[in-house]
Amino acid sequence: MDERQRQGGPCPPNPSGNAHVTEQETRRLLQELLQKQADAGLRPKDRLAIPPQEMPQQDAAVRRGNVNEVALGYTEEQARLEAMRCLQCRNAPCVEGCPVRIRIREFVGAIAQGDYRKALEIIKENSLLPAVCGRVCPQEVQCQEKCTVGLSLKDVSKAVSIGRLERFVADREQDSAAAPAVAPATGKRVAIIGSGPGGIVAAADTRRAGHDVTVFEAFHKPGGVMVYGIPEFRLPKAIVREELRTLEKMGVKIVTNFIVGRTRTIEQLMKEDGFDAVYVGVGAGLPSFMSIEGESLVGVYSANEYLTRANLMKAYDFGKGADTPIAKSRRVAVIGGGNVAMDSARTAVRLGAEKVYLIYRRTEKEMPARVEEVHHAKEEGVEFHLLQNPKRILGDAGGSVAAIECLRYELGEPDASGRRRPVAIPGSEFQIEVDTVIIAIGNLANPLIRQTTPGLEFNKWGNIVVDEHCRTSMPGVFAGGDIVLGAATVILAMGQGRIAAAAMNEYLAEK
Amino acid sequence: MSHRVVAKRQIGEEVFWAEVEAPLIAQARKPGQFIILSIDGNYSERIPLTIAGANAAAGTIELIWQRVGKTTAELADLSEGDEIANIAGPLGTPTHIERFGAAVCVGGGIGNAPLLPIATALKQVGNRIIAILGARDKSRMILEDRFAEVSDELIVCTDDGSYGRKALVTEPLKEVCGRDPKPGHAFVIGPTPMMKFCCEVTRSFGVPTQVSLNTIMIDGTGMCGGCRVEVDGKAKFVCVDGPEFDGHKVNFDLMIKRLNAYKSQEQQAYDQYKQHRCRIGLDG
Repeated sequence: MDERQRQGGPCPPNPSGNAHVTEQETRRLLQELLQKQADAGLRPKDRLAIPPQEMPQQDAAVRRGNVNEVALGYTEEQARLEAMRCLQCRNAPCVEGCPVRIRIREFVGAIAQGDYRKALEIIKENSLLPAVCGRVCPQEVQCQEKCTVGLSLKDVSKAVSIGRLERFVADREQDSAAAPAVAPATGKRVAIIGSGPGGIVAAADTRRAGHDVTVFEAFHKPGGVMVYGIPEFRLPKAIVREELRTLEKMGVKIVTNFIVGRTRTIEQLMKEDGFDAVYVGVGAGLPSFMSIEGESLVGVYSANEYLTRANLMKAYDFGKGADTPIAKSRRVAVIGGGNVAMDSARTAVRLGAEKVYLIYRRTEKEMPARVEEVHHAKEEGVEFHLLQNPKRILGDAGGSVAAIECLRYELGEPDASGRRRPVAIPGSEFQIEVDTVIIAIGNLANPLIRQTTPGLEFNKWGNIVVDEHCRTSMPGVFAGGDIVLGAATVILAMGQGRIAAAAMNEYLAEK
Repeated sequence: MSHRVVAKRQIGEEVFWAEVEAPLIAQARKPGQFIILSIDGNYSERIPLTIAGANAAAGTIELIWQRVGKTTAELADLSEGDEIANIAGPLGTPTHIERFGAAVCVGGGIGNAPLLPIATALKQVGNRIIAILGARDKSRMILEDRFAEVSDELIVCTDDGSYGRKALVTEPLKEVCGRDPKPGHAFVIGPTPMMKFCCEVTRSFGVPTQVSLNTIMIDGTGMCGGCRVEVDGKAKFVCVDGPEFDGHKVNFDLMIKRLNAYKSQEQQAYDQYKQHRCRIGLDG
């Protein structure tokens, strides 16, 4: 592996995106359009004719061997061209698709005008983590799904790339963004449990209102799923650190190695430690297994474990400064079709596996993963085994994984989720020789808060019950994110953190 | 918050004891619980260790560990006044303590450390404590004096006969279980094979048996599932469902295999560390 790239040094841009368009041509096109705009204005037809800007990215063959970020980010010219594709629709349907209702039309308009600072300011009115969301939001089923440009061109992949634009301004203007202003001290104390995306937003919003805020994190590093789960090549840790630094600049205290429920209970925090309100954003945090034979063999991982070893504990540097080992796999089967499955498969590629199979029981169309992740995984050589599902895992004499036995499936009638139900084909069993199996089929609710918080209401799946303001059954206790929603996304957790913070601020004002 | 090592000493062959500042854990911990620590703030390994005791007033906990690999060796190399960057806990479900009448507590090697707070708590609610402590040899027998304080009967044995009775713990356990009345409950903590064989003994006498498992873990809060064991045919997480389980239902053979999952890498890390120690002159 190239040492310079390993250390996150500047990587040579190797954009395989618009391979056929040179930077020069992009610049010329931008000049032409700016001229035309100045002379006669741009009509919708002109805007629709601007080619969608491809994301420059590390070459697939190169990135298989490093953990650096895959997508390199738009150039300034690309960003302006992409922003000029926006029709500035009066009704801005894109905003409807955004869980935190960023004023998308306005920020895209600011980029088209070259005012990047203003663009970031507009985003920051509603989202605290644009550098994160620009990278990990499933835009194609949110803002971009509603985009008129995509609809006009009859292809959602040709919608204005709102996420890439968000990332562009977040990266470009990160130094200029001042920490949000904080209101005079109220004397009220807020505990935020969990330092993931929802907790960060809840902390920032309650701190802005002047409360004294402490974030508690069970791990030794804050950031939640953004540091243990989402890999470096998709979301560099430095970006998450930067967002957390903003919180600290605002005066939010972050306490690590603190397990609410065990180190102190919610009741102790409120009755003995003087916290007036609590936000529970602990995530789902209990990996699902399939209850099939062989799941406890050596070499079977939950995606959580595999990714935590690789990301948080940096197992890819084992023996070179990191002490946490990870399987040295030759052939890996990843089970599942979501983003976490893609992250696991692509991590296995980077850890040196010769073959990585992604086994999913439906077809690609039903996969919950972001389109871009599926695309990247394929580019990196992950082999997709669709309409297949494991029946059992076979071990060798030493108790290690030797093979996985799968059944073939076909799609039947639509189920409750509206997706066609996969139906096993009897007698279709076959085996694939593998030494590692990573199970990425989702998470259940972590039982820790439930076990240690009598009086808090949970549903039958173990998720905390809340009202539309994220209020739980206990006065002063609010909750959001995966522990409420089940498995969701960074942006949905952030949306809940924001709703909860508003309710907390209101509750504390009246208290 | 980092954690200062207040006192540290070697208490047996390859076995170390330390008193470490961790005020919140000292206050919250109950018998049967453990902590996860990592020595530096970055990429050193997270390992689970039992809380052998605590002093809530002084804000300290007692840790006992055996030097078996890089992280435990690094811990052993810490001096009084040094700091441990991360300690999280207390983790795990506390031991269910009740009055069983006579409780037989069987400790093997380093297992005596987690067993001590349990025996102490059992004694406090009025159980008659029969402690059976075993070790490979005399140099590895730990905490005998502290067990003497809480036990009504103390049986000490070593594999090689260099101290106490020359026997494996299963031998006196058989005798104790054969008494009339038989003990109401057994608590067995030690190396996995020892727990397995003790459970075979208690099963044959129909004595309910609690074991405490120490598997590979990362977060210790249920998030990774790396610690899972098979109990009664179902996957259970040692960190949140345990660490204590009905010993008669644990699949010990599978657990032993999982414990060895990273053996070669662990050896590699330990060898590297030993070389490094040598170079910097720690080995004198």
